[in-house]
This record gives sequence, C-alpha cells and structure tokens, in this order.
Amino acid sequence: MSEPVWPLYEVFVRGRRGLNHVHVGSLRASDDQMALHNARDLYTRRNEGVSIWVVRSDLITASSPDEKDPFFEPAGDKIYRHPTFYSIPDDVLHI
Amino acid sequence: MTTDTLENHFEQTIDADQRIEPRDWMPDKYRATMIRQIAQHAHSEIIGMQPEGQWITRAPSLRRKAILLAKVQDEAGHGLYLYSAAETLGADRRDLTGQLITGRQKYSSIFNYPTLSFADVGVIGWLVDGAAICNQVPLCRSSYGPYARAMIRICKEESFHQRQGYELLMTMMAGTDGQRAMVQGAVDRWWWPSLMMFGPPDTDSPNTAQSMAWKIKRHTNDELRQRFVDMTAPQADALGVSLPDPDLSWNPEREHYDFGAIDWSELKRVISGDGPCNAERIARRKEADENGAWVREAAAAYAAKHAGGKS
Repeated sequence: MSEPVWPLYEVFVRGRRGLNHVHVGSLRASDDQMALHNARDLYTRRNEGVSIWVVRSDLITASSPDEKDPFFEPAGDKIYRHPTFYSIPDDVLHI
Repeated sequence: MTTDTLENHFEQTIDADQRIEPRDWMPDKYRATMIRQIAQHAHSEIIGMQPEGQWITRAPSLRRKAILLAKVQDEAGHGLYLYSAAETLGADRRDLTGQLITGRQKYSSIFNYPTLSFADVGVIGWLVDGAAICNQVPLCRSSYGPYARAMIRICKEESFHQRQGYELLMTMMAGTDGQRAMVQGAVDRWWWPSLMMFGPPDTDSPNTAQSMAWKIKRHTNDELRQRFVDMTAPQADALGVSLPDPDLSWNPEREHYDFGAIDWSELKRVISGDGPCNAERIARRKEADENGAWVREAAAAYAAKHAGGKS
C-alpha cells in the first residue's frame, strides 16, 4: 500500500491588529481546512496570532537566489527614490 | 556561476554573519549536516514526549495534569517546527520518520532513561530542559535561517518547561520526607545523563571544528556543559538537593565549578542502542505511526472527494 502524501502548506500569522501577516513556517495537511486547524494548534498556542493564512507551498512563485543580483538591480542605482537624496537647508523645518 | 564562485559567496555570507536561506546555494556537506542535525533534534522532541507522557494519566492534581499536557503538546510542536525547517532543505518528513523508526537516524540519548516517579517529571523540566536551553540558546544564531528561527520559538517555550519543573520540585521538597526522597532519587538518576546531553568531550568530537566554522554551532560541547553546571549547582542548593558528584566544587581561580569525570562508555552504550528504554521508545513511535496510517489515508480520501476542480 502506498501512503498518500499530504501537501506542504506555508503558514502566515498576523500577530495583532495593525501588523502584516508574517511567514512562520510550514506544515503538512490533507486539505486547506486541516491546514488552518493545524496551523492554529502549531503556531498560536500562546495567543501569537489574531489571523492565519495558509497556502500550498507549490502555489508560491518566488524569485530565484541565483538571479538575485540582476533581479533586484533595477532598484540599485535609483538613489533618487530615497528622501535622503535631496538636500534641504537646515533652517527649513518639518520637511 | 562556477562552483568556486558559489562557494565563495556562501563563505562570505557566513563570514558576514548573515543567514543562509533555503533557496541559496550551499555545499552538499553543509546541507547534509544541517538535515542530520535538524532531524536528530526533531526526533528528540518527538521521542521526548514519551517519558513524561506516561505520567499524564497519573498526575497528582488537575493543575499538574493540565501543565504536563501543555508541555508534552509543546514537545510535539517543537518537533513539527523542526521537521518544517528540515523540509526547507529538501528532506521529506515522512522519510525522516521512516529513518527514525528503522534506527537510521538518532535522537538524544537522554530519552532512553525511564521515568520511575512523578519527581522525574520535575527533574526532567529542571535538568533536561535546562540543559536543552543551554544548548539551544546559541542555536538561535545558527547560520541556517529556518533552523535559527525555529530555535527562537522553541527557546521561548522551553522556559516554561524548566520553570514548571523547578516549581514542581520545590513543591515536593516542601512536602513529606518521602516526597523529598523521591526528588533526591530522581536527581541522582538524571544528573549524569543530563551532562551527557552536551555530547562527547571536545577531544572526541570530530565534527565540532567544521560546525563552528560554518556557524552551525557557536560553542563547543565542553563549554556548554560547563555553563550548565555553573547555572545548575546553585539551583540545587536553593532546592535543597545534593548533586551526585563528590568532586563538584566551586573553583575560585577558574571561577567555574569543577566536576567529576563522566562515564563516556555509558553515553556510547546508550547512543548505540543499549540504553534502558531504546527499544521501547522506538517501538512506541512505530506503533503510533502504524496506528495513524488509516487516519492519514481517510483524510487524504476526504480531501480528494471534496477537492472538486482543485488538484
């Protein structure tokens, strides 16, 4: 008998209102509902969360570390996107 | 990129105290070492549910039963955090469980000792979890990101484990002579195995140098063992128990406690399968795995039936 393989799910928890959901780990479950219940039991035993997302790991599209430098390069030379790029006289306040 | 360039980048990341993350290139040996260490750690948490789990139905009060249930549930959770970290390296947790129950992967030698009285529950919390904390706090800065993050969660929860154990022992020490004798007996049995939890002495630990270079480990076995003895000796005094080592004494020159020689042949014996409970622990885990097979199958069938258009 071949054992059924439960898919891997990634778990994201919102710690409290006002915060983003943050990735906390993964788990195995047979379906979405079980993934949610297991995530509650595994990652929020001490009130660590007010909201949980689970998503099957194979549905996530991620950037590849091999192309890391070229992939993020477009942001590298655009220093004018940062407020510190602009010099403003010291006596001009609240800016 | 050539392997040399990749290896260079890996080494630079480690040297800069940055974390290695799952999809980064890493040397095969680093990956294999991490999988082995994380799996062994996960197995220890899962097998570690057994010695104390045996006392849940016999806990002396509802309060102690609720605490013990929560603690054993935490051990399961710690095992799952760690299997999750192992899976980021390409390991499969069903496969890891298979390796555990067929004896191809190991777990901590400490869980091969029996829990003979309820005082053992307290001593495990105080000494065994105390030793685990000493080992694990530096692992929160381990070079592999998912492992380090799992360790942060685990360490937060271990603190509850250690404190509930010590409080349990304080309660028993304030009880009858019989209860105090139970505590002392448990301390006598668990002290030396707890010191062995840190692994073989540095002179006989061939993997330590590479693990330190890769920042998988941050301190040697003997450094951590010394730290544990230094922390624990005063706690034993406060509790009113004696540690079973006539050579244990404060050394003002070293500013550390000296302690007696450890029987390394016992550690070797227990690791190689000849401890008091090795066969029982594995048999229990195998039984649980087999008894769960129909549940896994039924859940998968239910999921397939309700999946509709989803794969």
